[in-house]
Amino acid sequence: MQNFDFVKPASVAEAVAALGTSGAQALSGGQTLIGSMKQNLAAPAVLVSLTGIAALKGVSVSGGVMSIGAATPHAEVAKASGFPGLSSLAGGIGDPAVRARGTIGGSLANNDPAACYPSAVLACGATVVTNRREIAADDYFQGMFTTALEDGEIITAVRFPIPERAAYAKFEQPASRFSLTGVFVAKYGAKVRVAVTGASNDGVFRWTDGEDALQASYDPAAVKGLKVSPDGLIADLHGTPAYRANLVAVMTARAVAAS
Amino acid sequence: MPKDFEAKTTGIGAPMKRREDIRFLTGRGVYTDDIKLAGQTYAVIVRSQVAHGRIKAIRTEAAAAMEGVLAIFTGEDFKDVGGNPAGWLIKSRNGEPMREPKRPVLAHGKVRHVGDAYAAVIAETYEQGRAAAQQLADDTDIEELPAIIDMKAAAADATNRVHDEIPDNLCYDWGWIEDNRAAVEEVFARAPHVTTLELVNNRLIPNAMEPRASIGEYFPGTGDYKLTTTSQNPHLTRLLVAAFVLGIPENKLTVVAPDVGGGFGSKIYHYGEEALVLAAAKRLGRPVRWTAERSESFLSDAHGRDHVTKIELACEKDGTFLAFRTETFANVGAYLSNFATVTPTFLHGTLMAGPYKVPHVYVNVKTVFTNTAPVDAYRGAGRPEATFSLERVVDQMCRELGLDAFEVRRKNFLTPDMFPYTTPVGLVYDTGNYQATLDKVIEMADVAGFESRRAASAAKGLLRGLGLSTWIEACGIAPSHLVGILGARVGLYDAATVRVNATGNISIMVGAHSHGQGHETVFAQVAADRLGVPESSIEIVHGDTSKIPFGMGSYGSRSLAVCGVAMTKAIDKIIAKGKKIAAHMLEASEADITFEAGKFAVAGTDKAKTFGEIAFSAYVPHNYPLETLEPGLEETAFYDPANFTYPAGAYLCEAEVDPETGKVTIEAFHCADDFGNVMNPMIVEGQVHGGVGQGIGQALLESTTYDETGQLLTGSYMDYAMPRASDVPFYNVDYSCQTPCTHNPLGVKGCGEAGAIGSPPAVVNAVIDALHRGGHTHIKHIDMPVSPQRVWAAING
Ligand SMILES: Cc1cc2nc3c(=O)[nH]c(=O)nc-3n(C[C@H](O)[C@H](O)[C@H](O)COP(=O)(O)OP(=O)(O)OC[C@H]3O[C@@H](n4cnc5c(N)ncnc54)[C@H](O)[C@@H]3O)c2cc1C
Repeated sequence: MQNFDFVKPASVAEAVAALGTSGAQALSGGQTLIGSMKQNLAAPAVLVSLTGIAALKGVSVSGGVMSIGAATPHAEVAKASGFPGLSSLAGGIGDPAVRARGTIGGSLANNDPAACYPSAVLACGATVVTNRREIAADDYFQGMFTTALEDGEIITAVRFPIPERAAYAKFEQPASRFSLTGVFVAKYGAKVRVAVTGASNDGVFRWTDGEDALQASYDPAAVKGLKVSPDGLIADLHGTPAYRANLVAVMTARAVAAS
Repeated sequence: MPKDFEAKTTGIGAPMKRREDIRFLTGRGVYTDDIKLAGQTYAVIVRSQVAHGRIKAIRTEAAAAMEGVLAIFTGEDFKDVGGNPAGWLIKSRNGEPMREPKRPVLAHGKVRHVGDAYAAVIAETYEQGRAAAQQLADDTDIEELPAIIDMKAAAADATNRVHDEIPDNLCYDWGWIEDNRAAVEEVFARAPHVTTLELVNNRLIPNAMEPRASIGEYFPGTGDYKLTTTSQNPHLTRLLVAAFVLGIPENKLTVVAPDVGGGFGSKIYHYGEEALVLAAAKRLGRPVRWTAERSESFLSDAHGRDHVTKIELACEKDGTFLAFRTETFANVGAYLSNFATVTPTFLHGTLMAGPYKVPHVYVNVKTVFTNTAPVDAYRGAGRPEATFSLERVVDQMCRELGLDAFEVRRKNFLTPDMFPYTTPVGLVYDTGNYQATLDKVIEMADVAGFESRRAASAAKGLLRGLGLSTWIEACGIAPSHLVGILGARVGLYDAATVRVNATGNISIMVGAHSHGQGHETVFAQVAADRLGVPESSIEIVHGDTSKIPFGMGSYGSRSLAVCGVAMTKAIDKIIAKGKKIAAHMLEASEADITFEAGKFAVAGTDKAKTFGEIAFSAYVPHNYPLETLEPGLEETAFYDPANFTYPAGAYLCEAEVDPETGKVTIEAFHCADDFGNVMNPMIVEGQVHGGVGQGIGQALLESTTYDETGQLLTGSYMDYAMPRASDVPFYNVDYSCQTPCTHNPLGVKGCGEAGAIGSPPAVVNAVIDALHRGGHTHIKHIDMPVSPQRVWAAING
């Protein structure tokens, strides 16, 4: 790890200003960034901590929408009420120490292809709110570790329209316990959205065949036998594309059953 | 379920809580890295990024000029000192001695695996050292050579060589017992049935919680050196680093292994970093410290296992065993670690008869160099590999012949009347009762109720299976005369000194080293029991060559069975001397003095002296037989056992397989072990839990994967899957079947490795059983780790 300066602003405006200095980078829970710094994969000159900004923290529900401040740790989302599907997702991220520090904003900014939150954001058609604009989920995720965020732009909150029924089914990668394949299913009236994380070389994606089948019949059996193409799915030590393709259908069925 | 231990609160057999846990659990242990010294400097190692390469140039100037840099070492600095030797000479089938390439302190000429240390920077701070190490890496030219990774291919490769002087990358081609080979072939030629299995015993990375660390000191006033290091084996380390590598007289070097956070074998060995910090401390006249980063541990700790085996079982149609034959390739990595050559041979081949009365066995092992980290003994060392091969092939044979796996084992077990029993692979089992542990485990596991549990699983879409493993091992690694015949270059006795202080409390210096096992508790229990004094008056001192008489360290489940016995022998000498003192003080004949419950008494009278009074008199010898007896009360004993000890047991694993995802869940794990006499049941149980946990890790999770260029793909916890609490069940452990060891006075056998030895085949057998019961009868075997994707692929393949 290289030496760095550390600032802890109290407002978004101060944070944005601090991020304007050369070599500055936002720090939220540090559960990704600090590890990268230890491995010398990242060496920011200035860390701008977001966790001291009251406006970025907390969970609130109003008018069928759950709003989560970007610097809210997973543990807090896990115990929030109003959106059990999302709380259970947050409660299954990492371990207690990770959940105590890691945040939704950090997770979404990082957009790890195996992270859990992106599937919920995409399945719910949530809105990613930044200091500059509001970004629809369908526009936000742009591939592995790539998002619509611009330089110096910070996420301030995420707004989830709370589905009628929803659940996240995660099949854990045996070593990291991130998702080897995780599926978030969200049902809004006749409309069903299915988002898959962990499986694709392009990051989180919507499984439209699954959505069609579930819109026709919201039942695990509707997707169980569906074939998923392994093209473009991740091949690594823990799963071949064919294995992940199988998991997409299996975990979708399980999410539906749990919803 | 948590166990109600019996009510005994003190002495042998009491489930005493570990005295060391208070300091470990409250962060008050003192590990090597906790020790801070005035004027200390930091060593940072520069490691090869390529698996195989020729070092063309290491340009040190830029790194040497960086802030805080005090010294730079390369292989050049050590090319004239000795290499780190192999502790065991193995001979090939043709009588030739094994090939022993030099293992230098820092690689010279060639680098031979990713993580191979070829240079080191010593700096004022760790950060400065790290920056300079990066610079040095950038300023090094290494010509990459083709990596030799696959062991079978390596052995057949006539052109690429890990060591230029070793033509076929072969360390040795060993046959056990070579003279029996023809007879075994004969049996196979006419056997009514032969079952064959090809198995991989997966390479494991030890992952001790505390990474390796070393501090070197040099005292110019006296010319003395001190090495503080993470060792299971401080005396052996002293011998190796002093006499073999650096050429320091042993009396000028103290080795201290303070609290050590786990080893599992990987800290038995001497590593180059230990020699480096000593040499650097001398050059700089300042202490030099080094602590591995976790990534360095992955790349440079000695790994374990890594065998590829073809095993054949010849039998009658009724399942009576006629012969076992194996052909194994063992990967030793790039260099010979200290016990690397014995692990796949004598710790493996000699166990290939299992607990069975099989008349013929032949084992062939080809040990191969590759461009991977060195491989050496890891919890169980050779015996898990033997047990896995045997217990998998026995299960497969039962399946092929439609026989009951329980009955086939029972039919082939040695029976209690057959001991002592000489196996066809050269061991003499002293005692055992394998039927008893099998009966016990069947009862513990409620095998009778399995069918209804299976049906309940099936109703949830899950496949349930039962897997048995009846294992035996040879531990209490010792008898010097035996290991000497087998090629050991050291003796394997142990030693203890019992020092009774004038005020009656006791310091016991033991050669065994505790790095998580709880020796400080158990040794004190055994001593307290024998001396009739409270445990609290006894201190167990270990891990410091300047304090303890001698020791061969802890591994091979030998601490209690070898060193514990040395301690009891020293105690017996104390008691014998105490009787002489008591006889004098009580004006009785020595023959009339009895010692019981801490009192020396004249038999048949109420005349007695307490242990404390005798101790006091030994140090304040006013009324003392000085003409015939020296004052003081301190005794040392060395103990070299007559034989190995042979713990054995029966393990039953009940597993559920999710056929949709391939995920295996261990629903229950039952262990019926025979460890002989049990000194502390809580510690025994803990050792079994830990061992089974590691076995489940090997069976289901842990995979060490190098790609074809020799990069370690599983070099962090993101990809190397360690078992976690959620991966293991509540263990059901029993050790009530006890056939005490016949040749040591404690009757103990050793329990440290059993769990890791017996469990992997039980897990894999359970998975295969579940799959077969679920109708997936085309599956013969799945290699460990039996990961979800492998199970799923097997089902769908
Ligand atoms: C052991 C372990 C297990 C884990 N398991 C899981 C798991 O199962 N599932 C899962 O989804 N995740 C898992 N994680 C990741 C965890 O959820 C992290 O919290 C998350 O990836 C990053 O969040 P953070 O708050 O820690 O971000 P940081 O590490 O602080 O930052 C990550 C990146 O985001 C940027 N950033 C942070 N906040 C903002 C913001 N508001 N606006 C713009 N950019 C920002 C930073 O500059 C940095 O580039 C695990 C992590 C660990 C260490």
